[in-house]
Amino acid sequence: MRVRSLEFGQRAQEAVLDQQLQRNLQRIGVRFKVGRDMAFAALEDPEGLRNLGRAIKERSLANLPHLLETLEAKVKEAGGTVHWACNAKEACRIVCDLAKQRAVRTVVKGKSMVTEEIGLNQALEAEGIEVWETDLGEFIIQLAGEPPSHIIGPAVHKSKEQIAELFAEKLGSPKAQAPEELTKIAREKLREKFVKADMGITGANAAVAETGSIVLLENEGNIRLSVTAPRIHVALMGIEKVIPTLEDLAVILALLPRSATGQKLSSYTSIITGPRREAELDGPEEFHLILLDNGRSRILADPDRRQSLYCLRCGSCLNVCPVYRKVGGHSYGWVYSGPIGAVLTPQLVPARLARQLPFASTLCGACAEVCPVKIELPKLLLTMRQRLTEDPNFDGGIPLLVRLAARFHGWLLTHPRLYRLAMDGARAASRVLVRDGRWLWLPPPLSQWARNRHIPTPARPFSSTWPKLKKELVQGGEGA
Amino acid sequence: MKVALFVPCIVQDFQPQVAQATARILARAGVSVHYPKGQTCCGQLQYKSGNWKSARAVARHFMEVFQDCEAVVAPSGSCVNMVRKYYPELFRDEALWMDRALELGKRVFELTEFLVGVAKVEDLGARWRARAVYHDSCQVYRALGIHKEPRALLSRVKDLELVEMEQADVCCGFGGSFSLQFPAVSEAMVADKVAHILATGAELLISAEISCLMNIGGYLLKQGHRVQAVHIAEVLAHGGE
Repeated sequence: MRVRSLEFGQRAQEAVLDQQLQRNLQRIGVRFKVGRDMAFAALEDPEGLRNLGRAIKERSLANLPHLLETLEAKVKEAGGTVHWACNAKEACRIVCDLAKQRAVRTVVKGKSMVTEEIGLNQALEAEGIEVWETDLGEFIIQLAGEPPSHIIGPAVHKSKEQIAELFAEKLGSPKAQAPEELTKIAREKLREKFVKADMGITGANAAVAETGSIVLLENEGNIRLSVTAPRIHVALMGIEKVIPTLEDLAVILALLPRSATGQKLSSYTSIITGPRREAELDGPEEFHLILLDNGRSRILADPDRRQSLYCLRCGSCLNVCPVYRKVGGHSYGWVYSGPIGAVLTPQLVPARLARQLPFASTLCGACAEVCPVKIELPKLLLTMRQRLTEDPNFDGGIPLLVRLAARFHGWLLTHPRLYRLAMDGARAASRVLVRDGRWLWLPPPLSQWARNRHIPTPARPFSSTWPKLKKELVQGGEGA
Repeated sequence: MKVALFVPCIVQDFQPQVAQATARILARAGVSVHYPKGQTCCGQLQYKSGNWKSARAVARHFMEVFQDCEAVVAPSGSCVNMVRKYYPELFRDEALWMDRALELGKRVFELTEFLVGVAKVEDLGARWRARAVYHDSCQVYRALGIHKEPRALLSRVKDLELVEMEQADVCCGFGGSFSLQFPAVSEAMVADKVAHILATGAELLISAEISCLMNIGGYLLKQGHRVQAVHIAEVLAHGGE
């Protein structure tokens, strides 16, 4: 998918002015955040569960090569095929080759962020293959020709009225308003595709190494149809999704739906091990698992950034992020949005193209409070800021002038006398610009700040008033 | 007990009355206040803008200035969090400085946590007749876990009626350089915060974090709302003897 993260500032500005979008984003809090908090409050030891989840991800990643090889062996044992893909291009090529070799004409897809990451739909369509998203949210944004705006609710930025209009325009349906009606229209459309499809493509919420299984969570049942109706099932997953055992899975299953939607368990949880066996009634004839790196091993190699890979893709950090809730997912300009997107994007795409994202946060810490595996998102955001500013391997393209200004300011702060002189000089100079405690003129970006906010003017510094105050405190018998 | 006053850079040159109030309160709490020379800033801006080399230099300077102090108190949660949580991060590869940072971190306190937790004083004899709402800054509440202390102190202020606002724990949108880099988003966030403040009918907005006050107070002032934004130190030092 094309990276448009450099447009963050502009898109964010448009987003805050888009009243319809603001109303749609408001709903996220009600829909997800409240449910999440209730689901965790009902647990006996929510902290303990989160610690356990984090420990599992930590252990899995420390052991990743071994786990992936075990997974591969077990998938083969179960009759499946495993493919390794270095990058997006390679992953797309593997899927397209499979489709062409097996004369696939129609593909149905379950919701998968990783296929958005590699731009799989476009690659298949370029080969003349028909691709249908079967998750309702994905179906909606596919019709609209948009990327997802949320990890869990791809179409969360649209109201039901907007969806009704879209359906009327693209599917020629009557302008129905009720969500039930709209769902029915989508369902009818997709049923024929399920029957027709030769290949089902899904992501994976997790993979269990000991059994060679992939795990898929959903609420609509479309994934079940996608993986059982067509003759071929292809699952794609990032290499960081593998965990050792079914016992570990129990912990992930307790955390993920609670964090994502506030559910104890999703309506459907599928644990899939290989293709259809002899004498089984349904399931695909072939099962393929594609393990995708696409920059993940580089993240793994850096201890300071490794925890970016713990992410379960639950979306809870988006739901509580005050910045995400103002700017929406599309402002982030790529697949992953919100705090985790701000951390992941500059690591998965050329850093320069996403250099603004780690700075697009107030570091308020709400994300770290809800993350099911306790990813220290503020710390990661700070780390990415440092990398983009100081690490040549992460060329953030931050202007030299900006960096020199920061350095000069830092240097001044270690020379108290000079710093005092500079501040006193600035205060003297500012008198020209201040009338009645207000600034007559300010340079950008202060001028934008001051458009709707008063900026304080320099006062007589505390240090010069201290000697007198100190005397007063001593005379008042209040110690000094 | 001897307490060193740490005056954050914004307070020093833009809000000196907050440092004056802090000194008065500490004296009233029965500790001896002194003001170490040569202090400038904690280096938060350098650190948060990704300039860690500069941040380290500023942090070293800070540690030198305050090295012999029994306790250091600042009217700012973000600066205390910087010293306590981020200095050790900054000096991960420099054992000596790391030890110094950890050591100093134990002796640096945010004003309200020092008053309630160390000096064991809640009633400072202050009086302010107003309906007030307290804003939990992310840096004070979420980062440092300070939530009860300011309320305990404010509940002892005579004639002050303290009310709570909706979504009190949501960020006001300042975020330092964030508000300069993305002014429109920051402004939309502060507008939400102000709507919640106005809904309480409070005439006074109180916070323990100077940067939030600059943001929220600056918005209140420019929009002509009749809510006064004050630092908790100014309230605690007010009208009492």
